[in-house]
Amino acid sequence: MTALLLRELRLAASGGSAVLPLVFFLLVATLFPFAVGPDAPLLARTGGGALWMAALLAALLPVDRLVEPDRTAGILDQLAVRGIGEELVAVAKLLGHWLAFGPPLMLAALPAAALMKLPGDLLARLELGLLAGTPGLAALSLIVAALTAGLRTTGALAGLLMLPLAVPILIFGAGMTGQGGAMGAAKLLAAASLLLVAIAPFAAGAAMRAVRD
Amino acid sequence: MSGAPLLRMEGVACLRGGRLLFEGLDLALEPGEAALVTGPNGAGKSSLIRVAAGLLRAAAGTVERSGGGALADESLALDPKLPLARALGFWSRLDGGDPQAALAAMGLVPLAAVPVRMLSTGQRKRAALARVVAAGAPLWLLDEPANGLDADGEARLAAAIDAHRRGGGAILAASHQPLPLDGAKRVTL
Repeated sequence: MTALLLRELRLAASGGSAVLPLVFFLLVATLFPFAVGPDAPLLARTGGGALWMAALLAALLPVDRLVEPDRTAGILDQLAVRGIGEELVAVAKLLGHWLAFGPPLMLAALPAAALMKLPGDLLARLELGLLAGTPGLAALSLIVAALTAGLRTTGALAGLLMLPLAVPILIFGAGMTGQGGAMGAAKLLAAASLLLVAIAPFAAGAAMRAVRD
Repeated sequence: MSGAPLLRMEGVACLRGGRLLFEGLDLALEPGEAALVTGPNGAGKSSLIRVAAGLLRAAAGTVERSGGGALADESLALDPKLPLARALGFWSRLDGGDPQAALAAMGLVPLAAVPVRMLSTGQRKRAALARVVAAGAPLWLLDEPANGLDADGEARLAAAIDAHRRGGGAILAASHQPLPLDGAKRVTL
């Protein structure tokens, strides 16, 4: 398990699946004020939602690198021959992917929030929301990556599969940065995220098993 | 000898894409034994190897393995960006084998620091075989193990196969080329 996790972290670091979403997230945060204009109250009101949109789209970027390379290289086959369950492989992938995706995104949210002129308490709520929501986004990325492994036009299909499923995370995550009711949104965000994390190993594991035949 | 075969296949049938490749296949491999699968392209040699490895479900019949298996098929399963020794080391951490001895057995020691993606076809085949050697599993499943190997590579493959069988291991191989498998059972598809 440790060896699997270390490998996932190394792949994330060297394959660009950690850096790419981060750069994308910061880029959106930079462009959004250009598009909306330098109206500080307006930016502060819409910035939280825009950053959640950016986080969601950033989660989509590494989908084609999570499972497909391991499938074509025969690494999933070799793990299966060794009797290592697909669910365990999925857990290692989920952990490794979140570590490479969640904490860097939370760090990047600091300069992004400054660009959006978000006040301090809003930034705190955004960070808390990202902490609760990014595991769910990572889980969703993994499920979609496993489902689309072995298909040719992964990119578009992954978006079509993932974005509708991410609606709860987006609503409650952005809701946490809205006016009032942050506590309720936080609980629902955590619940949605937890549900995705709980089903991801089984869904992704079953998909990895199915793609072998 | 324990008497429990390392691989036992009884009445195995394989369906691929709605087509019956073979059926009623019986095969048992005791420690030290080997079987060579032959047949024309598309006859199901690779599928048979994958069924034996547990990667494909048999459409009928039973497949039992006691002890682990090590598979070498057309995919290398080594991280392309890593140096060869470290890429092998990943599997060794899972298997508890010795990658250095396996590298030496396949004559890959000078290439230990070379990234896997730079290897030639023959070197990749050697690397896949080194991965099998390092796995330390009693059953070797080899799909066209001699493809792309030069004379030295073939000699090293023969030596590795010989050492494995003398050490109580069994081999199931599919090949078009003659393999040094003395007294091997023949499976013709």
